[in-house]
Amino acid sequence: MPQHIALKDSFRETRVYSARTITAIAIVFGLLALILGRYYSLQITHYDTYRTQSDRNRVQLQPLPPRRGLIYDRNGVLLADNRPSYILSVVRERVSNLDDTLAELQTLVPVSDSDLDNFQKKLKRSRPYEAVPLRFRLTEEERAQLAVNRHQLPGVVVDAQLLRHYPHGTLFSHALGYVGRINEQETWDLDETDYRGTFHIGKVGIEKFYEDTLHGTVGYQNVETNAHGRVLRVLERFDPVPGADLKLHLDIRLQKTAYDALEGRRGAVVAIDPATGGILALVSTPGFDTNLFVNGISSVEYSALRDSPDVPLFNRAVQGQYPPGSTIKPIMGMAGLESGLVTPESTVADPGWYRLPGDSRRYRDWILKIRGTGHAPQVALNMAIAESCDVYFYDLARRLTIDRMYDYMHPYGFGERTGVDTTNERRGVLPSTRWKREAMAQPWYPGETLSAGIGQGYMLTTPMQLAVATNVLATRGELRQPRLVSQVDGQTVQAPLIGQVEARQENWDSIHQAMRSVVHSERGSARKIAKGIEYEVAGKTGTAQVIGIAQNAIYKEEDVAERHRNHGLFIAFAPLEAPTIAVAVIVENGGGSSAAYPIARKVMDTWLIGDESAG
Amino acid sequence: MSDYVRQMPHGSNDLARPPSTAARFHIDVPLLILLMTLTALGLTVLYSGSGSDTGAVVRQGRYFLVGYVVMIVAAQIRLAQYMRWAPWFYLVGVGLLVAVIFVGVGAKGAQRWLSLGGFRFQPSEILKLVVPMTVAWFLAERILPPRFRYILGSLVIIGIPAALILKQPDLGTALLIAASGMFVVFMAGIGWRYIFGAVVLAAASMWPAWMFVLKDYQKQRILTLLNPESDKLGAGWNIIQSKTAIGSGGWAGKGWTQGTQSQLDFLPESHTDFIIAVLAEEFGLRGVLLLLSLYILILLRGFWIGLRAQTSYGRMLAGSLTLTFFVYIFVNMGMVAGLLPVVGVPLPLVSAGGTSVVTLMAGFGLLMAVSTERRTVGNG
Repeated sequence: MPQHIALKDSFRETRVYSARTITAIAIVFGLLALILGRYYSLQITHYDTYRTQSDRNRVQLQPLPPRRGLIYDRNGVLLADNRPSYILSVVRERVSNLDDTLAELQTLVPVSDSDLDNFQKKLKRSRPYEAVPLRFRLTEEERAQLAVNRHQLPGVVVDAQLLRHYPHGTLFSHALGYVGRINEQETWDLDETDYRGTFHIGKVGIEKFYEDTLHGTVGYQNVETNAHGRVLRVLERFDPVPGADLKLHLDIRLQKTAYDALEGRRGAVVAIDPATGGILALVSTPGFDTNLFVNGISSVEYSALRDSPDVPLFNRAVQGQYPPGSTIKPIMGMAGLESGLVTPESTVADPGWYRLPGDSRRYRDWILKIRGTGHAPQVALNMAIAESCDVYFYDLARRLTIDRMYDYMHPYGFGERTGVDTTNERRGVLPSTRWKREAMAQPWYPGETLSAGIGQGYMLTTPMQLAVATNVLATRGELRQPRLVSQVDGQTVQAPLIGQVEARQENWDSIHQAMRSVVHSERGSARKIAKGIEYEVAGKTGTAQVIGIAQNAIYKEEDVAERHRNHGLFIAFAPLEAPTIAVAVIVENGGGSSAAYPIARKVMDTWLIGDESAG
Repeated sequence: MSDYVRQMPHGSNDLARPPSTAARFHIDVPLLILLMTLTALGLTVLYSGSGSDTGAVVRQGRYFLVGYVVMIVAAQIRLAQYMRWAPWFYLVGVGLLVAVIFVGVGAKGAQRWLSLGGFRFQPSEILKLVVPMTVAWFLAERILPPRFRYILGSLVIIGIPAALILKQPDLGTALLIAASGMFVVFMAGIGWRYIFGAVVLAAASMWPAWMFVLKDYQKQRILTLLNPESDKLGAGWNIIQSKTAIGSGGWAGKGWTQGTQSQLDFLPESHTDFIIAVLAEEFGLRGVLLLLSLYILILLRGFWIGLRAQTSYGRMLAGSLTLTFFVYIFVNMGMVAGLLPVVGVPLPLVSAGGTSVVTLMAGFGLLMAVSTERRTVGNG
């Protein structure tokens, strides 16, 4: 080592060092003052800002979704309840990399594309720190999988929520409707606050019509959470108000009877309690399992339902519009009697066909192709209804004219929505000259009046309208709005009386007797169901043409493709003297009313006798 | 060297009074008291920062125990000895750093550790003491202030380990080590024109450093510092949460173990690098002032020891160690408060972790060696 010792100036070194120390201390204090200033600024000057931020960090307002109201049938059988279901949700703010987390979750539990799609949509609209659902109805195994891996998945939440469940999904598919996940469109229309934490909403049917009643009121809780979103402590809680429970007029026994009787066919049954207007049965077949929709139906399942030629998603009872056929004859009869154009005794000559004056075209009676002649040389009202004589009603229709037919039939509820408490109801068509002018910009032709007189042509009714009209007949004039729901949270809901058909009692008697003959006379068109019957039924058969039949062609059922066969209809009420049920049945392409009246009989048996066919 | 390390013959009658126990064991009592107070405060905050984990406190207490033993042992060795060993320490340290490149163990994308029979340690920690020791050794016998070529020589001594550590990559440690070496040069009295020159050079090299030296994650930290809101859930999260923790503490704090930010896991690294936020949240600005006062007293004591040191070597070492200790405080407190980019620098003697405690305490051992060196010479 070189020897510089002799040159080292110890005094100078000390002096320089002291100077440097003072400089260093000055710098140190300067920088520490900077630090202190920073802490002062954070802790004193901006204290309020950070205090608020820290409170917001840990305290989180969590919505407490209300329990959806339950739905019971008239006997107290549970039709829609809520079952605990585990939901997998993700809190975006607590996830370091959303894509990675989603990928990771997909290795643990199956997540469908539609789940992901829904998740992404919801994510866009979610509030900060809100748990966005990804998968519903986790199985035990899936929950275990997630629980084991939870520590690796910050921001992933599994919690229980009540999810709608339909114990009799298919049986009540059209009567109840269903709930489904709230879609984007619905989100816009909703009160967002009320639906925080609720992922489902009524989509159709009662579930939609009574959405506000069933939903309840959302509650909240203030919770303290850690950075992973785990709730540590509830600070404050406002309980949700559960939705109101609904009790329906529907009777599961009738529902099952009607459904089983229609099994394998396309058709609808509506049964009404005349006293209350309550709907005892509402069946449209084919049905479908409504539980599929609660969870977000898979696209395969959905397209299978949507594209089925049997259109199972279509509620035939209120959406299906069919020509009523001969089922309107009792009402035409009432119009004839009330207008004075006919009496119970007056007759019409029936050669099996009818011709308008000055027109060569023959309007055939359905019986012509069977017997080659009419029902009888002279036909009176009772026989005309019992045997469904077309010629009698051709004549009556001609004399009544279409606009007076409209006036007499409109009070029975035709051409208007019944106002039943469900969704998607159609109004049907009750034709008149004005209607044709407005709807088709065409004048009314006299021949069309004849068709209208036997319920063909332009006239269209829903099974619900037919049941309501039948109920007017049964109650001698009361037009009551049909109701599915009888009680909301124990409070009885009255079906409002919306109209009254004023008519003389003897005319009601005549029509009731004529309808009785349909079933209970030897030549009644529905005499087959009289066998072994323990009560008196007033009914009327009907056949609705699906395709126009050429002038002279003889209609042969076998030759016509199944889809082109006539619809079979039947309306009835019973017991005759004091009716407790009014029924309308339609069987699409049933060929004729013989497909429909046995079903009505079964439903009435179940209601009046409670026979073995009850479920 | 023996020519200026003159020792008194034992049992000399010239001693006015018998040496105290502290003096006999080369202990600087004021420094010891300050350190023990800081240790107590540190463990208190750590208990809360670790989520009331007694285990973490006991573990840290054990590190402190080791640290104090290391300090006392280090204080017993004469400065001349350190000076003689310095170049050899340096060679071994650099050798270990090179070894890290080839056989090192990594974590989180950085290769910093050497594993010796299950015992893992960071060679860069050793360099934190060895670099200032070596630079001091290099300059001690020169005429001070040092001439330009000796300044260059010092820069080479500093540059080699700093570059190796930067390569690991560990920007924080590299900067600390470079600073500790530079402080020696500064305390040696290097001319102001060199200092200003270096500052200008540093400013000029910022752009090339950004382009070629800094890794993406290091750039990200700087960008995040400038605008933490831009990356709320990523790198910005730490800073936002720590600022929230500090700010919400106010003057009085939320109370020990009552800090919602730290106790509810919002604050990351709450028991290690970000522990000052726990202190600030739970004890408020009062707590920060208390801690800062302790630090300032320790720093002043360090400067005092430097001023009273009898040899150039002791002076420069004491000044450098004191300033390095300050850098720890400044960088850590600045980074947690969002003033400086996030670099891995612990809050000295408060953050959990054994390595930094042992290194720091060894440094204080050296300071005590300097401090007690004065006594033996001063009485001569």
